[in-house]
Amino acid sequence: MEKIANPKQKEKKKNSLSIGMLLLKVRTFVVLAILLIVFSFIAPNFTNKESIILIIKHVALYGLLGIGMTLVIITGGIDLSVGSIVGLSAMISGGLIYEGLALPIFGVKIYFNVPIIIILTLISGVIIGLINGIVITKFKVTPFITTLGMLYIARGLALLRSNGATFPDLTGKAELGNTGFQFLGQGTILGIPVAIWIFAIISLIAAFLLKKTPLGWHIYATGGNENAAKLSGILTDRVKLFVYAFSGLCAAFVGLIAASQLTAAQPATGESWELSAIAASVLGGTSMMGGVGTIGGAVIGALIIGVINDGMVMSGVSEFWQQVIRGSVIIIAVIVDQVQRNMEAKMALEQKNA
Amino acid sequence: MEENLNIKESNNVCLLAKNIVKIFPGTKALDNVTFKVYKGKVNALIGENGAGKSTLMKILAGIERPTEGKLFLDNKEIELRSPIDAEKNGIGMIHQEINFFPDLTIEQNMFMGVEEKKNSILVNRKTQKEKCNKILAELGHPFDVEKKMGELSVGQQQIVEIARHLLQPNLKILIMDEPTSSLTVAEVSILFKLINRLKERGISIIYISHRLEEIMEISDYITVLRDGEKVAEDLTKNVNISWIISNMVGSEKQYKKREKNFDIKTENILEVENLSLKKNNNNFVLKDISLKLKRGEILGIYGLLGSGRTELLECIMGVNTKFTGSIKLEGKFIKIKNIAQQIKNGFAMVPEDRQKDGLIQTLNIAKNISLSSLNRFSKFGILRNKEEDLNIDKMINSLRIKLADKSLPILSLSGGNQQKVIIGKDLLTMPKVLLLDEPTRGIDVAAKSDVYEIIDNLAKEGISIIVVSSELEEILNISDRVVVFSNGRLTGEFVGNEITKEALVEASYKGLVNVN
Repeated sequence: MEKIANPKQKEKKKNSLSIGMLLLKVRTFVVLAILLIVFSFIAPNFTNKESIILIIKHVALYGLLGIGMTLVIITGGIDLSVGSIVGLSAMISGGLIYEGLALPIFGVKIYFNVPIIIILTLISGVIIGLINGIVITKFKVTPFITTLGMLYIARGLALLRSNGATFPDLTGKAELGNTGFQFLGQGTILGIPVAIWIFAIISLIAAFLLKKTPLGWHIYATGGNENAAKLSGILTDRVKLFVYAFSGLCAAFVGLIAASQLTAAQPATGESWELSAIAASVLGGTSMMGGVGTIGGAVIGALIIGVINDGMVMSGVSEFWQQVIRGSVIIIAVIVDQVQRNMEAKMALEQKNA
Repeated sequence: MEENLNIKESNNVCLLAKNIVKIFPGTKALDNVTFKVYKGKVNALIGENGAGKSTLMKILAGIERPTEGKLFLDNKEIELRSPIDAEKNGIGMIHQEINFFPDLTIEQNMFMGVEEKKNSILVNRKTQKEKCNKILAELGHPFDVEKKMGELSVGQQQIVEIARHLLQPNLKILIMDEPTSSLTVAEVSILFKLINRLKERGISIIYISHRLEEIMEISDYITVLRDGEKVAEDLTKNVNISWIISNMVGSEKQYKKREKNFDIKTENILEVENLSLKKNNNNFVLKDISLKLKRGEILGIYGLLGSGRTELLECIMGVNTKFTGSIKLEGKFIKIKNIAQQIKNGFAMVPEDRQKDGLIQTLNIAKNISLSSLNRFSKFGILRNKEEDLNIDKMINSLRIKLADKSLPILSLSGGNQQKVIIGKDLLTMPKVLLLDEPTRGIDVAAKSDVYEIIDNLAKEGISIIVVSSELEEILNISDRVVVFSNGRLTGEFVGNEITKEALVEASYKGLVNVN
């Protein structure tokens, strides 16, 4: 009686299967490459240096949000408030430069220098994230609702800061010692825009954190199975506080960069960017169920979104079609992702039966 | 083998699965298996995990289709393309974990998907209720059909599930997969009475269980599978447990009886004093529990489901901190803040439900082992992979976890090896007290005896162990001392020769008599 079908045939099948798996695993790269090639043919200016730097600048914004979002989604949550935090951060930093901090009791206005303003803005981003985290962990409100509420609150605060107006000129004044804000969004180091440096450094920190520190694995465990994580001694509430704070920090960076790029702070900055962040995260293979996701994936996801957005604009695709295409790409990406996961699960099962 | 059985009996074969072969990619789950289901009898199917029981059941229930082989129902060949096909042919299956809608009533659950209709649109609740009442009364369990399913005990839910299958007028065969795995002793005897009623109606039962005593009690025929092949079948009255075990494992293999240490003279590690825990409705889940645990001792806790055993472990472990009373570790009072604190204090727990509370399914095998100790393996907040790997490998070797590669997903392991991974995770935290809640639930015989050996070795190394178990054999086998819980009270303590099945069972009902 034949015990196994035919060893050679099986081997062959296994090989083709693993090549298929490999292709599936690097598919985001493949998609990115295809997009780049297609657009370089359709849009003539697509490949020149200016366009590429422009695209990457946009990517840095979505990407930064996507990194924070990925950590949150890995814990099984979601952060809908990041777009509004971007707007609020832009208004906080813009206001501090343009108007200074008014202290009516003393009848004075304090103007800080730019590094202090940046730090204050980042701190406020972290605080908003922490508030999200506290509501979610202490008051047991679901992340979706909590951050939906914060989406409105933060946007409202951003509008309140200036009564809806724009802070128009953020160049600062030499006599007040608050010049140099444009450096974040417009400056370069070694010929590479500062925004891209920030994006790269935060990506590396987040990736290192996820894979090389206990906290990172606690993030995975919390999203993978919260009960089991708790029984393993993981303080899951603290883990959640951290990821929402980190997401708030990323959003504050984006707010600073966006305001600096325009040399102006608009309260509507970052509207609906949370959706691009979620899309970047999901395109990069993060599972909305929690427990699965990588920073590398989120970065590539953000690249894909940036390339599609700017590529379509440069190729003259209508604004309306752009939205249809963007939506389709996200859905298809998730379908392919599930196919891959099913295949992996099947292979794991085979391991078990073998 | 088949010829050995009485030829006349074969006239009473209701379902015949002939020469069934099932090949999954890379593995042969069933190899030329012929399985007979006798009419109006309980046909037990046994085998270790991975022997092919589940696959065979799925084929009979229309969930999987055989690669080769044929099915005959009452001597007519049938083909089952889906569970609906199986149902049409009068074959129903009750899964190990019953799926139901906890917020709907008994009646709504029973008629889910097969609603009685009025004017072919509206649901006819009245007829449904009448039918429900009738069937439940016939079964001897006239529940209030308006009751929500979620309010029933597991045993009652199972009865409703059985009743649901009886809605089908032509039910011939009922497959039961581990029906008793979460039932109390009392509920098991109710289930057995029910099974006998079904037999009287001429319904054939296919009964799968790991509990051999139960199979000896309830079944009429036994079929043993091993590695996808049928290795033995016989009338139950002709065989005994060691026959079953030897056929299951291939060679005569009884659980090794642990050498017990009834006279431990070491110091107390853990002292629980007057521990009480209240439910929201002010009833006691645990009342005035006091017990001591010595270094290197294995304390068994026996009791019915819901007697408070698991809750005690949860209090000690810091899962539930709302109890009153005191806990001393090595003679000093400890204040229990949370689980993380308790792990630092030297406690570790293997939970009852592996999938729900034990494993992180999205992480690989290695991380599931090291998860609780990651901080120990890091310096300045950064993981030292070498040290982590070293410790993981040490656990894999010492617990003999069988795996191809530790970076594979945790779910690629068999149940027994998954359980060892959880034990390994606990041991890496270097516990002084190890709490095991049903440590061998749902794992095969070979893995079971491995787990017993591991527990024994740990006790010899000086770790103190509390084992909660519903299996009398298990408690008898491994405990130095046994305490019995009943309805949240400690109703008996037994050492040495006092530990007998009868004594434990008797004590386990004591608390139910004078409630408050």
